[in-house]
Amino acid sequence: MMRRVLIAIIILFSALPALAVNPDEVLKDPVLEQRARGLSAHLRCMVCQNQSIDDSNAELAKDLRVLVRERLTDGDTDEQVLDYVVSRYGEFVLLKPRLSAKTVLLWVAPIALLLIGALTMILFVRSRPPLKTVTPLSDQERARIDELSKG
Amino acid sequence: MIIEIGHFALVLALAVALILSVVPVIGAARRDAAMMALAPVASLVLFGLVAFSFGVLTWAYVASDFSVKNVWENSHSLMPLLYKYTGVWGNHEGSMLLWLLIVVLFSALVVMFGKNLPETLKANVLAVQAWIASAFLFFILLTSNPFIRLDPAPAEGQDLNPILQDFGLAIHPPLLYLGYVGFSVCFSFAVAALIEGRIDAAWARWVRPWTLAAWTFLTAGIAMGSYWAYYELGWGGWWFWDPVENASFMPWLAGTALLHSALVMEKREALKIWTVLLAIMTFSLSLLGTFLVRSGVLTSVHAFATDPSRGIFILGILTLFIGGAFTLFAWRAPKLKSGGLFQPISREGALVLNNLILTVCCATVLTGTLYPLVLETITGEKISVGAPFFNLSFGLLMIPLLIAVPFGPLLAWKRADLMGAMQRLYAVIGFAFVAGLVLYYIENGGPVMAAAGLAMACYLMLGALADLWYRANFGKLAFNVAWRRLAGLPRSAFGTALAHFGLGVTVLGIIIVSTYETETVLEMKQGATAEAGGYSLVFDGMRHAVGPNYTDDQGHFTISKDGVVVADTWSSKRLYTARRMPTTEAGIVTFWFSQLYVSLGDPMDDGGIVVRIWWKPFILCIWGGCLIMMLGGFVSLSDRRLRVGAPSRKAKVAKPVTPVMEPAE
Repeated sequence: MMRRVLIAIIILFSALPALAVNPDEVLKDPVLEQRARGLSAHLRCMVCQNQSIDDSNAELAKDLRVLVRERLTDGDTDEQVLDYVVSRYGEFVLLKPRLSAKTVLLWVAPIALLLIGALTMILFVRSRPPLKTVTPLSDQERARIDELSKG
Repeated sequence: MIIEIGHFALVLALAVALILSVVPVIGAARRDAAMMALAPVASLVLFGLVAFSFGVLTWAYVASDFSVKNVWENSHSLMPLLYKYTGVWGNHEGSMLLWLLIVVLFSALVVMFGKNLPETLKANVLAVQAWIASAFLFFILLTSNPFIRLDPAPAEGQDLNPILQDFGLAIHPPLLYLGYVGFSVCFSFAVAALIEGRIDAAWARWVRPWTLAAWTFLTAGIAMGSYWAYYELGWGGWWFWDPVENASFMPWLAGTALLHSALVMEKREALKIWTVLLAIMTFSLSLLGTFLVRSGVLTSVHAFATDPSRGIFILGILTLFIGGAFTLFAWRAPKLKSGGLFQPISREGALVLNNLILTVCCATVLTGTLYPLVLETITGEKISVGAPFFNLSFGLLMIPLLIAVPFGPLLAWKRADLMGAMQRLYAVIGFAFVAGLVLYYIENGGPVMAAAGLAMACYLMLGALADLWYRANFGKLAFNVAWRRLAGLPRSAFGTALAHFGLGVTVLGIIIVSTYETETVLEMKQGATAEAGGYSLVFDGMRHAVGPNYTDDQGHFTISKDGVVVADTWSSKRLYTARRMPTTEAGIVTFWFSQLYVSLGDPMDDGGIVVRIWWKPFILCIWGGCLIMMLGGFVSLSDRRLRVGAPSRKAKVAKPVTPVMEPAE
């Protein structure tokens, strides 16, 4: 039920909940096909909620999958394909946003938080009195312990 | 008539909740026993009223009373009885009522198990619970009333969303809510402690069982949801980093951190302020999750803006509770005295590291989930943050945490010897390395990262066992003595080992399935054969079938290995007639921990049909690991020390030959 919204969207935009890549789309060259699949996982289906074109059955997703494969067969590099798709559909199409002025916080947040947290911890530890070092037991104390543990 | 009584019970519940919100707090401040004594009674009455109201709605569903709008919208007279029951929470109004029911249920449980809680603490905790209940009662009565009638009453209902007509999804919300809402008790305890300005190890001992229980249920709820998505959505994915999933995953991460920090607080009286903060944050994330899912803000910022009443209301609740709690925290927390000192290399230190990483993981998921919303609201620009982002950032953060997991339990409290722990883990690391290589060899290679991942999973599992091994002192003592020591270990030690072992199993499943999974997409005609995971599948043809409220197009597959038939399965495309809504029912065949997953696609013009076959090696480990984690939670919960309401320790009954001096976990 928590996924109702997602599901409603999936169903709204899929004629049938059959999925993704159809046999007629698959490229002959397995290496190119592998690259196409990899790229597809990074591209958003524009009319779905949070689905990659690799997972989506929407018409638009199919068009994009075919487009990606066309560009790859034409000899584009992965980067060129992504650039081309972004130039047509905007940054919104990328599921992993590129580092830019508007996404800098997103990318930096985990690292910054980790550093701030670690720093706070170090300062906190430093600010507290160190634990007293333990003096080793004297022979007398040791003998007493042996005595006690025997009894 | 009964519907109106149910509605009235809810209004009455609000009145009780409001009284309960105020009187005991004043009573606690004035040390007025009579006013404080109101809290337990009123909490039980509140539970009774809400339970009655919930019962009335359930009755309306079971009796298919379509004069109730909520029932008409989400039920159908032909629906199987089970889904009439579960349909109660398969919609917005009903699920909020379930949310409320669980809040007041937990209040009632605090009353039942908290007999020896200090009076003032109990009064305050129950009052804070009532604040939450009041807020949600207002929300339900003003914006999401499930008891609205239709006149004239329609003859037939519109059916429950077919996706929800599934056993897995039917029990998913109650489990998830038991977890989500269970953290409200931790929140209430934290706020009550802040009100009193006093907090000690006993407090942590009272809070830990609730945290443990909530965490266990949340683990179950998330695992259930994941498995459901796997078998129902038809493409074999099990985690999508969807905002709705993240909404439940964030409280889980924070709750896991809380579980560990409460341990430090209970044992060593350290990390008090942090534990209180974490308790507040965990429930705040639960509230945030409720807001994200219930307000529609996730679908789109615009959808939220067009019908904002519900969203604004929950946002108000969110602001009130989170803002209020943090203000109270900022004001009162400095008064809490911090306790036990420890060196950076110690059990405490390891648990602090655990907390740091889990909190940062949680913050990363939070920023990733909210960033597109915030950016769009501020600048109008749209970006997407999806699975590739989370896999990268979350994955990298998990590595140091996973490495640290087996070390934690091997370190001594207060001051520990890292090299000593390392020496104990040498064997584990060696075994893990070899196991990684062997599995790598068996699975015929793969990326180097796969071998590393496999080794990591083995390291986690063996590390958990090593913890028990060393606690029982198997290496040094005679076997039977060590065995008795093992049997005498506190249950919570087994709980820890199980949970950490389960984590390893889940990691194992994730690594193997993401590396060695195969996918075959092809068009099949009757009699055609396909290969996947070393098995061959023969497509025997289609048949048409009719269910109570759906029709099915089923394809039959016979599965054989080396020419011997080992299994067969039906994979179908289903159409729910009332809503004209199609679903896939994938054919899933289990071989040990691995599964073959067969899903039907579109029919082709020439009589064939598109078939997708996945070989999912070790996929069951993902949820199996969660089950083991849950088991760990329950075992730990049964520890005598944590038996709810029994903080006073009784003399040990068992008398092992060698006295067990191990510290309880």
